[in-house]
Amino acid sequence: MEQSYGIFLYIISLATMGGIYAMLTLGLNIQWGFTGLFNVGIAGFFAIGAYVSAILTTPETTRHLGGFELPYILGFSASMVVTALIAWGVGKVCLRLRSDYLAIATIGIGEIFRLVLKNETWATNGPRGVSMIPKPFESLAEPYNQLMFLALVLVTVVVIYLLIEAACKSPWGRVMTAIRENEPAARAAGKNVERFRMEAFVIGCMIMGLAGAFTAQYLKFIDPNATELTTTTFLVWVMLIVGGSANNKGAILGAFVMWTVWSASEILTSRLPDDMAIRTAYVRIFLIGLALQIMLQKFPGGIIPEKRPKPSRSPE
Amino acid sequence: MIALMEFINFYLIPGVVLGSIYALGAVGITLTFGILRFANFAHGETMTLGVYFTWTLMQITPFHPLVILPASMLLTVIVVLGIDRVFYKPFRASPTIMVVMASFGIMLMVRSIIQFIWGVQLKGLVPGIQRPMLLFDSLRISPKHMVIIASAVVLVLAIHLLLSRTKIGKAMRAMSDSPELARLTGIGTEKIVMTTWVVGASLACAAGVFLAYDTHVETMMGFKLLLPMFAAAILGGVGKPYGAIAGGLIIGLVEELSSYPWIGTEPLLNPGYKAGVAFAIMVLMLLWRPSGLFRGRVF
Repeated sequence: MEQSYGIFLYIISLATMGGIYAMLTLGLNIQWGFTGLFNVGIAGFFAIGAYVSAILTTPETTRHLGGFELPYILGFSASMVVTALIAWGVGKVCLRLRSDYLAIATIGIGEIFRLVLKNETWATNGPRGVSMIPKPFESLAEPYNQLMFLALVLVTVVVIYLLIEAACKSPWGRVMTAIRENEPAARAAGKNVERFRMEAFVIGCMIMGLAGAFTAQYLKFIDPNATELTTTTFLVWVMLIVGGSANNKGAILGAFVMWTVWSASEILTSRLPDDMAIRTAYVRIFLIGLALQIMLQKFPGGIIPEKRPKPSRSPE
Repeated sequence: MIALMEFINFYLIPGVVLGSIYALGAVGITLTFGILRFANFAHGETMTLGVYFTWTLMQITPFHPLVILPASMLLTVIVVLGIDRVFYKPFRASPTIMVVMASFGIMLMVRSIIQFIWGVQLKGLVPGIQRPMLLFDSLRISPKHMVIIASAVVLVLAIHLLLSRTKIGKAMRAMSDSPELARLTGIGTEKIVMTTWVVGASLACAAGVFLAYDTHVETMMGFKLLLPMFAAAILGGVGKPYGAIAGGLIIGLVEELSSYPWIGTEPLLNPGYKAGVAFAIMVLMLLWRPSGLFRGRVF
């Protein structure tokens, strides 16, 4: 009985984190899948969202900026607004150049943000991080608070999914695909390529910021190591490629599948003796990387590949 | 006078040392960017790998790191050529962003292998602290800094001779400037690609070993250099090896000089933000002149 209750709680936490990763993957899908923007600063935007929400919702403390005690809905909204503004600045510099530059700049943003988090101790409590972040529904009894939080995450994922699906089917989404497939043609058709790219980049980053905010509220604690490149950026990329980029169902599926694989393998390695456990953690990253390479080379479409509309045949 | 010597000893010389390391690393980045047409995210890990090869060889032989360097360069080159064959070559005809993504994966794969084999503890390449030598009464320069600067000059001369005097070097520059024209004149693409990896990996290994010789051996050392090296390549102009050398030196110097108390007695920039300097220079360059100082390519 005790054991099955434990497993029940574990599955809830697995689904909650899977849902948060699904948000990140959906955000990346708008950027990479539909528009072809190569963002490797996911961790940076994630951390911006997490810290903004954490600072705005925590009670008064001397360790870091705070004491606003705003409701979490406002924290979530603020984190989306701030991430959007920063993404807009990055986009202004990089989106007119080819994707490689965006990749370099976004990896830089991630690093710069980590420096800010570590050095501006007055605002962020430096490497020790922000703790005591309130968690939605935490006043409820034990399994129900976790279930309600999970429900909040899943509802958010579904809402984001429906919004993106609607956007992709609209003329806006078709322009996005046109830009990815043939930029000169889209330009020749009179589309403002820069503006569409910027919109996709900013919207994608906003969703990443929201996912960060959810993580901060869920874990009740956030520190600069949460932005570590391997666990966030890389996993999200692998999730999207494995699930199927340019397909929102694939993105969500990839997030849940890879998150399950990732945390289940952690359970396996943590059973090993200490020294071995630390080392095999690196083997996990290596194998995830290898999975990415195999998918890229053999199944670039992912588990659920992109659905392309059939070209309409002109009547003879 | 004392203030001037302090400036030279504690800011200028470390800046030149760091700049030479960035310069050597950035040459590989810029050549890959120019010739293979992609931003190689795994270049920092190539450095780290070279450093760990050197460290391992030093455990089994009694030689100085500089003596071992050619051997570890060779090992690094072999690994990098293998990576190219297995992970990058299938994408030669694909959109370049596929290779960028593959290199991003390779970055983490190589790093995790290094962490698995050698562990994450700090290691030293040379034991103990060296006393700086006193030249002309007040010019202090530590022997290892002299060794690094001198070796970097030798390597830069070697690159210069390769690029300006040999057929393959000229072909590399031609390929970087205009791939279509180069192909029309009958330059073999695959041979140039291999040479690019050989040059890039050897220089990356050397740069890494110089950094480890100056500081210590660490699994994240290459990744920390990635951003300054990209910044150096963009500052110098993508595809321009001489630009990358100039860019590397400028970035290294500006990084070190940014924490000098230019105004008042406080450092101009909190040393904690030193790593952000390269990024700031890169962003300004992308805004002002994306082709870089040496008029490189803009993609």
